[in-house]
Amino acid sequence: MGWMAWTQNTAIFFCCIALILVVMTLWELKSPSLERKGFLPMETTRGDRLFIGLLSSAYIHLAFLATTQLSLWIALAISVGWLLALLRWG
Amino acid sequence: MIVKIKNQKALWLILPVFVLVAFSSLIPLMTIVNYSIQDIFDVNNAYYVGTDWFREVLADPRLRDSLVRQFGFSASVLLIEIPLGIGVALMMPKSGRLASLCLVVLAVPLLIPWNVVGTIWQIYGRADIGLMGSALTSMGFDYNYASDPVDAWLTVLVMDVWHWTSLVALLCFSGLRAIPAAYYQAAQIDRASGWSVFRYIQLPKLKNVLVIAILLRFMDSFMIYAEPFVLTGGGPGNSTTFLSQTLTKMAIGQFDLGPAAAFSLIYFLIILAVSYVFFTTITQMDKER
Repeated sequence: MGWMAWTQNTAIFFCCIALILVVMTLWELKSPSLERKGFLPMETTRGDRLFIGLLSSAYIHLAFLATTQLSLWIALAISVGWLLALLRWG
Repeated sequence: MIVKIKNQKALWLILPVFVLVAFSSLIPLMTIVNYSIQDIFDVNNAYYVGTDWFREVLADPRLRDSLVRQFGFSASVLLIEIPLGIGVALMMPKSGRLASLCLVVLAVPLLIPWNVVGTIWQIYGRADIGLMGSALTSMGFDYNYASDPVDAWLTVLVMDVWHWTSLVALLCFSGLRAIPAAYYQAAQIDRASGWSVFRYIQLPKLKNVLVIAILLRFMDSFMIYAEPFVLTGGGPGNSTTFLSQTLTKMAIGQFDLGPAAAFSLIYFLIILAVSYVFFTTITQMDKER
């Protein structure tokens, strides 16, 4: 795996993503998700909302990098809040 | 409502696909993420730089310009190829030998490799030895794709239309053939006009293939590389330098692997977001109906 040039930060990042996927899989096995309509304009399953949340979180981070010099921890906090809101009410 | 999960052992059958995708896409993508936060020449010479490359890439005017050009190009390609492809499919003979002939002729441009298409058009557009170039020049047009940005842009666009409209036409043709005759008979009984038949029968029935056509054409045109690279080399100036060419210059030309990796990720996120929004919008329209 040496050629992949791992860093501690990226390893933690991917572990978190993998963990989220594992937890979502277990959750899905325990109680299968049904499509429902929240504040998003279309019906979504839990997996859809997770995907939208992760993708938009990436954009939130990029927007932070492009427009501010603020710490990315703020972007992370906003993203986590946004992801949870999306999963609950999206 | 409680949904009971039944036997889902068949899910294991997707394991080979998962391994293949991991090997060909997932692991390389993870490597790119690793590269994007390091100043890296090789594995032994990698220095952690945090988000510096992302900030640099996001502030780079060259990349912004090529991004704008890229969106302009993809939008133009879709606006021309989709209606044209539908039109060609509607005008094609429905069956018989002539239909087969049309299908073969339409498929020819699709069989030509990208760089060969670039070479064909490079010669075709030249004023001294190319048919199109000399014809336009003799008609009094001041056409030169090597020095005029508008000419270069139009040539790349026409080349893409020539290369890929067939794909849209073939997809639409198969979609049109799948419409049961009963729909047309019903339309005839109602004395529906040609336009109504198109608007209320053919177009809705074509939607699924159009989704595929639009997605394929968007993604392909957004990743276009070989044809403009061979035809214009990205010039004159930077007028036909699209995203992938900017990226290649950065990664292979200058060997700036870190910034190139950061830029690749942004590029990937754009394609992912646009394709997802598009796909969701269209499948949603389907549900609402």
